[in-house]
Amino acid sequence: MQRTYELVYVMRPDATEQQVADLHTQVEQIVGRMNGKIIDKNEAQTAFGGRRKLAYEIGHHKEGIYVLEVLAGDGAMVAELDRRLKNTEGLLRHLIVRVDESQIKAERARAKRTEESRRRRVARGLPPDRQPGEGPQGEDSDDSGDYESVEAEA
Amino acid sequence: MAPMGRGGRSGSPSGGRGGRAGDDKNKDGKQGQRRGLFRRRKVCKFCADKIDDINYKDVKLLSGFVPERGKVLPRRISGTCAKHQRGLRIAIVRARQIALLPYASD
Repeated sequence: MQRTYELVYVMRPDATEQQVADLHTQVEQIVGRMNGKIIDKNEAQTAFGGRRKLAYEIGHHKEGIYVLEVLAGDGAMVAELDRRLKNTEGLLRHLIVRVDESQIKAERARAKRTEESRRRRVARGLPPDRQPGEGPQGEDSDDSGDYESVEAEA
Repeated sequence: MAPMGRGGRSGSPSGGRGGRAGDDKNKDGKQGQRRGLFRRRKVCKFCADKIDDINYKDVKLLSGFVPERGKVLPRRISGTCAKHQRGLRIAIVRARQIALLPYASD
């Protein structure tokens, strides 16, 4: 079964660009062999990757080169990648995390929230979507203003 | 006699959702009755900011929940709700594995 995974690996700070590229192609090959595929890099990935200070020293290194890949494949692919990355020279750390499930969950939560807010807006006799020029602050302070005046009278 | 100060408030409509804005305003007026001891109501950051997916790569966000010693900030201090604390813990543990966050410092 195809799932989506994120692979993050940290290379030694003295690795050359060639070495980084080599490891990338190596990963690509393994993924290809296991019937997986690499999903295109987007801005977030390039923003995350690169040279970073490590939170703790790893074998006297204080910095690392971070690379993030998004992969689609099955469990066998992950097992194979894990095994290979463990034995890779010049690699400080790696982490493979399944992301499809949490993405679906987040999407569902977002959908539920918008639906809920639309339902409440309709119940209050408002159009389901926020109108232009209608800010959250304006609405909220309006509400609490009402409460306050009631309390002040009482 | 302690309930007297709160009695009036429990009936007020601001006890529910809109309570936060109202509380902040009331704080000044009621301070005397509450012996000057007022704790701001803690709100789960992830609920308030509508962060659905707590990502292990977001060091800026996570580091706010990792105090100097490197431990996970407890819920009783941060005010995070149970659901999001769970996700937060997992994200912090993952971030530690790839040296984005410390296991322990000092």
